Amino acid sequence: MKTNDVILQTTTKVVFFIIFLFSIHIFFAGHFAPGGGFVGGLLTTCAIVLLLLAFDLKTVQKALPFNFMIIVAIGLLLALGTAAGSILFDVPFFTHAFADFDLPLFGVSSLHTAMIFDAGVYLVVVGASITMIQAIGGDS
Amino acid sequence: MDFVLLIFLPIVAAIFVPFLFKRVKNIHTGWFVFFVPLVLFIYYLTFIKMTMNGQVATSELAWIPSLDIAFVSYIDGLSLLFSLLITGIGALVVLYSIFYLDKNREQLNNFYVYLLMFMTAMLGIVQSDHMITLYLFWELTSISSFLLIGYWYTRDASRFGALKSMMITVFGGLMLLGGFILLSIMGDTYSIRELIANAPSIIGHEYFTLALVLLLLGAFTKSAQFPFHIWLPDAMEAPTPVSAYLHSATMVKAGLYLVARFTPLFASSEVWIWLVTGIGLLTLFWGAFFAVKQTDLKAILAFSTVSQLGLIMSLLGASAVSYHVSGADSAIFKFAAFAAIFHLINHALFKGSLFMIAGIVDHETGTRDIRKLGGLMSVMPVSFTVAFIGSMSMAGLPPFSGFLSKEMFLQSMLALRHFELFNFGTWGIIFPVVAWIASVFTLIYSFYFVFKTFAGKRKAEPLPITPKETSFGMLISPVLLAIFVVVVFFIPNLIAKMLVKPAVVAMQTGLYTHPDDVDITVAAWHGLLEPELLMTIGIVGFGLVLFLTMARWQKLYNLQPDYLSINALYDSILVFGEGGMNRLSRFYMTGLIRTYLIYMFGFIVVITTATLFIKDAFVIDMSSFTPLNLYGVMTAIILILAVLMVILAKTRLAAIIALGAVGYSVALFFVIFKAPDLALTQLVIETVSVALFLLAFHHLPALKKHGETKGIRVGNLIVAAGVGITVTLVALSAHSQKLIPSISQYYKDTVFTEAAGGNIVNVILVDYRGFDTLFEIAVLSIAGIGVYSMIRLRLSRKGKSDEN
Repeated sequence: MKTNDVILQTTTKVVFFIIFLFSIHIFFAGHFAPGGGFVGGLLTTCAIVLLLLAFDLKTVQKALPFNFMIIVAIGLLLALGTAAGSILFDVPFFTHAFADFDLPLFGVSSLHTAMIFDAGVYLVVVGASITMIQAIGGDS
Repeated sequence: MDFVLLIFLPIVAAIFVPFLFKRVKNIHTGWFVFFVPLVLFIYYLTFIKMTMNGQVATSELAWIPSLDIAFVSYIDGLSLLFSLLITGIGALVVLYSIFYLDKNREQLNNFYVYLLMFMTAMLGIVQSDHMITLYLFWELTSISSFLLIGYWYTRDASRFGALKSMMITVFGGLMLLGGFILLSIMGDTYSIRELIANAPSIIGHEYFTLALVLLLLGAFTKSAQFPFHIWLPDAMEAPTPVSAYLHSATMVKAGLYLVARFTPLFASSEVWIWLVTGIGLLTLFWGAFFAVKQTDLKAILAFSTVSQLGLIMSLLGASAVSYHVSGADSAIFKFAAFAAIFHLINHALFKGSLFMIAGIVDHETGTRDIRKLGGLMSVMPVSFTVAFIGSMSMAGLPPFSGFLSKEMFLQSMLALRHFELFNFGTWGIIFPVVAWIASVFTLIYSFYFVFKTFAGKRKAEPLPITPKETSFGMLISPVLLAIFVVVVFFIPNLIAKMLVKPAVVAMQTGLYTHPDDVDITVAAWHGLLEPELLMTIGIVGFGLVLFLTMARWQKLYNLQPDYLSINALYDSILVFGEGGMNRLSRFYMTGLIRTYLIYMFGFIVVITTATLFIKDAFVIDMSSFTPLNLYGVMTAIILILAVLMVILAKTRLAAIIALGAVGYSVALFFVIFKAPDLALTQLVIETVSVALFLLAFHHLPALKKHGETKGIRVGNLIVAAGVGITVTLVALSAHSQKLIPSISQYYKDTVFTEAAGGNIVNVILVDYRGFDTLFEIAVLSIAGIGVYSMIRLRLSRKGKSDEN
């Protein structure tokens, strides 16, 4: 039986980007408002899962041609590197640094090394969950 | 200069080895590696002047200051001597390996990385003054030895030998750690020097003997003392440069180093003297006796190494005697320490060269089986000369350095007759007798090694490779070592002044203050009727007779049945351990998730409720509860209905959707109780997991209820109710009493000032408790890779079974 999911597919093409952008927003909101790397990563996963439901595994792999295991590795390295980086400045492991910067377009923003760490968390969450989903979904 | 950093030079150099191996194909990687020990050797030579004056140098690198753990490099005569051996022999071994290992066929990147790792570990052992870092390096030598023995990892024997050495030495390492911890408790310090300085206060402590025995277990396993010597012959599966380096010259001497280093602390103990001297002598005899049984060249050398290590160990034990005597009588007991250090140097020289010769013979003839060899003297004259010098030194004959230290050994053993304390008056005579018998066998195996290989006639059966003299490069190192063997015989007192005496002073602190106080002069000639010389003459006479009649009595060895050997004991322990553990885990690992969940939940329920009861922690105080509101009640009703539906649903789809409903209603609770972060996460998690369920839906088998007897269902009910009640009770009790003030206020106060954030939940995740998050994402990654590989593994196995 051939299913017709034109509506789902068409909607997905738009909604995917909305969810994805929202996940990025949630990620950056983390330090002052609800959000952060973990939820952000999960939301991105949600967006990709939606793609998987609307299209099939192969199409999604073609659209997002990443090896998600490598994303996991990058994420872990980023997190560990941020934590270890503090040693270079002769402060204990995992000491974060922060300062306010006057950035063009954004105005005065508080930048924080915790955000790099959180980006690592984000990548690991996305990478690990998509790896699992692809493995389970591809097993047939 | 902070010379503590130099310990790490080899392991840092190891980082570049794989790149050099991959990029520079034309040059053997060993040439680059060669400079590391060479530079270190030359640098350590500059310390000789300092230790000759009885001075020491320390250099410290803090590692974990909060736990008082640091790398402390402490260079005195003893550690300098070992450092010179490690780097000097190391350089020669690397040079030798350049010609021994073919750069096109061997995985040199692995080999040199392990070797450099070992060098760092070994330097760390002999220079560390801090017991915990010493232990760290100690285990690192076990690991690198494991990797090097298993270098040709496709061979069964290599893997077996590697595992055996690892099991035994790591067992000893753990015992050593126990000893170190006890010592640090007794002395309230991790520093070996401070422990020795506080020796009088430690000696009476109740843990003293226990710490002593644990420390000796560490030393005996590492230095292959009876009955732990069984790993060393199996370690001969390693490439020959490794055998020459780790398993004769350096690593196996770590145990000797440890015993020497702790002599000032433990020398007062009767147990120490008896154990170290006794086990040493037993090992000396055992190794020498069984060396004659072997037919593999390297196995002969392995047993002879065991034997020689026993010799040095017994001397170290005997050296402790001089702490118990004073006055004019004490002079004769002072030889032991000197002889131990001197023989240690000599052994490294001649055994290193002999191993290299064994490697050359193997390389040029294709076999190490002494029964197939013979008559190589004419085709390999240089190798023969080196082997001859090494063997004669090992047998203790002049004019080679081994003669000098062997005489001193006999002298020290004879001296033990005159020691009165600790029952030595009655039993002391045993020591020279055993030493003499073992020396006869030492002579026999030395002759056996060199003459059965090089002298006599060629065997009728052709060798796998037509023998010829080996390349010049491969001969450099053994020839250099052999030259030293001869040179040391003629200038023993210079060597003594530069290396031996400073080491003796470092080993016997308290007895001497300056190397010049050690008033021992080495002489080859003591006088005609001295007992040492008579003993040597007897050894040569008996040894020669026995060697010539060897074919007749060698059959005696077959009388010992295999099942009575220590190797058989080791094997059966291994089999029993593996089989027993297998049965034990099969007993509770049923393969059903249900069973495992019952274990886990049952355990949680029992442990938690028991603790609550014992501590009398049930307190329910309803006064501070939030009043019920309409939303809460409604959500609770939905939640309960959804849970019931999950249990009672007839189809899986309905159960999944109901499970989603449970999750969403929990999220609603978070919204009602004003926890936006939790609500957000819960919502997303719920969405992802429901979607995942749907994605995998058609892979899952139909929801079957069969196989669930009434008993199982009742069991499930009990466990479920137990968990529910426990969690409720814990939640209520936790809410009703505050033993310590909540940490929330601290977070509120510091979230902006310290962490520059506004959202406590997220700041906790990334900053306050960043470690947790780091480990959580590590776990998540492992889970991801685990799921991936398990599914892939199943697929590939399926593919295989299809082919059949």
